[in-house]
Amino acid sequence: MSTANWNKVGRLESIPVRGARRLCSLYFGRPVAVFRTGDDQIFALVDECPHKKGPLSEGIIAGDTVACPLHGMVIGLQDGVAVAPDEGAVKTVPVSVIEGEVYLHLPEPGAPG
Amino acid sequence: MTMERNPLMRLVVIGNGMAAMRTVEELLQRDGGALYSITVFGAEPHPNYNRIMLSCVLAGDKSFDETVINTREWYAQNGITLFSGDPVAAVDREAKTVTSQSGRVVAYDKLLIATGSRPLAPSIPGLGLPGVCAFRDINDVETMLEAARTKSRAVVIGGGLLGLEAAWGLKQRGMSVALVHLMPTLMERQLDVPAAQMLQKALDRRGISFFTSGQTESITGDGHVEGVQLGDGRYIPADLVVLAIGIRPNIDLAKAAGLQIGRGITVFDDMRTSDPAIFAVGECVEHRGQVFGLVAPLWDQAKVCASHLAGEATAAFASKALATSLKITGIDVFSAGALTAADPDDDEITLRDDARGIYKKVVLREGKLVGAVLYGDVTDGQWYLQLMRDKQDVSVWRERLVFGRAIAETGKPVGPDFAAMPDDTQICGCNGVSKGTICKAVREKNLTTLADVRAHTKASASCGQCTGQVEALLAFVTGGVKTAKKTICACTDQSHDEVRAAIVGKRLKTMAAVRAALGWKTPEGCQKCRPALNYYLLCAWPGEYVDDLRSRFVNERVHANIQKDGTYSVIPRMWGGVTTAAELRAIADVADKYAVPTVKVTGGQRIDLLGIKKDDLPSVWRDLNRAGMVSGHAYAKGLRTVKTCVGSEWCRFGTQDSTGLGIKLEKLCWGSWTPHKVKLAVSGCPRNCAEATIKDVGIVCVEGGFDIMIGGNGGIEVRVTDKLARVATEGEVLEITAAFLQMYREEAHYLERTAPWVARIGLEAIRRRVIDDRTERQALFDRFLYSQKFAQTDPWAERVAGSEAHEFAPLEEV
Repeated sequence: MSTANWNKVGRLESIPVRGARRLCSLYFGRPVAVFRTGDDQIFALVDECPHKKGPLSEGIIAGDTVACPLHGMVIGLQDGVAVAPDEGAVKTVPVSVIEGEVYLHLPEPGAPG
Repeated sequence: MTMERNPLMRLVVIGNGMAAMRTVEELLQRDGGALYSITVFGAEPHPNYNRIMLSCVLAGDKSFDETVINTREWYAQNGITLFSGDPVAAVDREAKTVTSQSGRVVAYDKLLIATGSRPLAPSIPGLGLPGVCAFRDINDVETMLEAARTKSRAVVIGGGLLGLEAAWGLKQRGMSVALVHLMPTLMERQLDVPAAQMLQKALDRRGISFFTSGQTESITGDGHVEGVQLGDGRYIPADLVVLAIGIRPNIDLAKAAGLQIGRGITVFDDMRTSDPAIFAVGECVEHRGQVFGLVAPLWDQAKVCASHLAGEATAAFASKALATSLKITGIDVFSAGALTAADPDDDEITLRDDARGIYKKVVLREGKLVGAVLYGDVTDGQWYLQLMRDKQDVSVWRERLVFGRAIAETGKPVGPDFAAMPDDTQICGCNGVSKGTICKAVREKNLTTLADVRAHTKASASCGQCTGQVEALLAFVTGGVKTAKKTICACTDQSHDEVRAAIVGKRLKTMAAVRAALGWKTPEGCQKCRPALNYYLLCAWPGEYVDDLRSRFVNERVHANIQKDGTYSVIPRMWGGVTTAAELRAIADVADKYAVPTVKVTGGQRIDLLGIKKDDLPSVWRDLNRAGMVSGHAYAKGLRTVKTCVGSEWCRFGTQDSTGLGIKLEKLCWGSWTPHKVKLAVSGCPRNCAEATIKDVGIVCVEGGFDIMIGGNGGIEVRVTDKLARVATEGEVLEITAAFLQMYREEAHYLERTAPWVARIGLEAIRRRVIDDRTERQALFDRFLYSQKFAQTDPWAERVAGSEAHEFAPLEEV
């Protein structure tokens, strides 16, 4: 892959299993969080619930979903889409893990968080 | 002629109750405000209120203001003239005027009579004594509440809906309550005998004494009521007697005006009386021989009446099948239509499970549903009611109908195929019980309930994992089918109780082990079951189970409360609500240093620092720790606060050192994890300034002792505590409080507060184990202390020292 706009954000182990961490930088002005599932899959989403902008990075992660800590909306980590019957979606951010390092595709240079 | 001066016709409404004002509301919706100038006379001095909610006002679940339907402003805004506290005394049909008690004369073009009903009063001596009241209006409720404040013994006469709700309300208000009922079973017009017996048993467990088949001979007393004398010689002492034996239509005014009457004011399908200018609605009317006591048909009458008043002449009132329900928290009753088979062609289908407190009966006639009685699980009540109203043919569902909509409509076979299962298949692994053994026991000993099967075969009596299978097998042998039940979440078919029993019984010590042993459908659970399992394991195996922070809600993981903008609030512990200048100075310094936007005193007597950024949490905690302060667990499903008043140290009324006792309780209980949050309070005298009677545990000090109150709640549904015991020493208070909390920790469902838990299992069940059985109390107390050994570490200090450091810093971008 081209290395253009792929930013290294840290090592896989720095994110807890079934946990998430927020990035220092913004993505198009929005916060971004990186999620690690129980089976070590990595996903990145804009860290704002489509409902009331709750920080998804603070939610409980089960399988490949996260439950927003503010009002409990459940979001799929794969596609950022709310699990029915709820509606709404958050933007996903391309992510890649190479040799234990996590890279995010952030086309816009992030403003300082 | 008035028509020339005023284009509006004049509508006068006699009665300001629910039926009257619903008719007016319906009329306004039909633009009736442009047709009529409306005048309303009400006998009571209040605006229009929801009489049905009086039970909730009595029980303390609602305030009177919450029952007001239309405020005085509403009348004004809609141009309605309201004369409240001024009943109409006479109607002159010739002159078309009404005259009120105070002498007001108002002319009408159309008159609406909605005088409601009056309580039935039997002709027994002593009815006029002070301390005797009905249960009809807010005035009666006030009489009852006043009695509950100052007196202790209440007798309710009448075991129908109203009487039972009155009895429960008075019980909730702390009175000892006896209920006298003329018939052998309660609510005999709405419930059949088995359902009525289950209801009586449930209320009996909650402390109401019953005198069924009791004919009241007289109410005795000298200057004030003192007791109730029954015809069979039984005598019940009383400070308050509530008569709730029924109602009769209030027809005096209509009768005097010469309208046609029967039991009520005769109305036709258009709600007109025998005088075409006069309409009547509500409990005062009789329609095709029927009178009304429930609210649903009143709403239909209001619609029909309003449309005729508005000149839409087609609407007609027809009474429909009606359903009854009882407003007592935790007791579910539903009844509609026929209670029993009326002739040989009718069929009754019943399901009864005493262990789970569930009873269901449906009555069928010519393939159609004509009656339903439900106790304990009323989920399908409205569905049955609709089937009855639609007169739908239900013969295709016959064998599944009693199990409710979900099972009846899917048509799938329920449970495993027992017919094909070999007899030696093991059902209960703990006790080695096979299918054959269970079937044999059920057949030979005529077992009908799960409890029976457990007693006779030991199947499902240990870990409980096979409970569902045993129930289904029982139903298979006896000819029924298994009913649906409440599970923890969609990941499992197990209930909270079954999971808790299995964790202890099968010594399951990790979440993975629980999920594997109990057949979870998802590999790692979901956001609902994970926090529940984490708590259940922590409670069962203190010191062994490793808390899974990833299965905790953010507040408990981060040890602060998340706010709507993603910042956090921080509340340091203030033992018993007592603080010092040094602590306040440290809090002020933190507020300055971290530019805390809001500093707020909480309802639990603590100081809340709001708007702290997550990254700042460890340094805020470090600063607070340095001043000697620790986490207040204001975020935890655990002990929150112990609120106190100043007590005997300063207060001239204080009987005990309530502040000191509060601090001792908080030192004993802090750090404990519980199914839901727990709040305590200690008041130094019965004036109860610490509001102890709406707390999970409230101590009210009295001269020479302490009242221990449990199961209160000040939230959405206010619940006043039940009195568990009066004890003499602080030592007993501490031991009993801890034992009670341990019982709650071990037995309640995750996210169940003490109030609904106490209401669910009953005060007596708790009293038996925490008060009466000293060995059991000691064991609970010991288990609490053991668990506290691992719980009482300050989570803030641990994190200041570096624990979970990744939690409080964002990922660095390289």
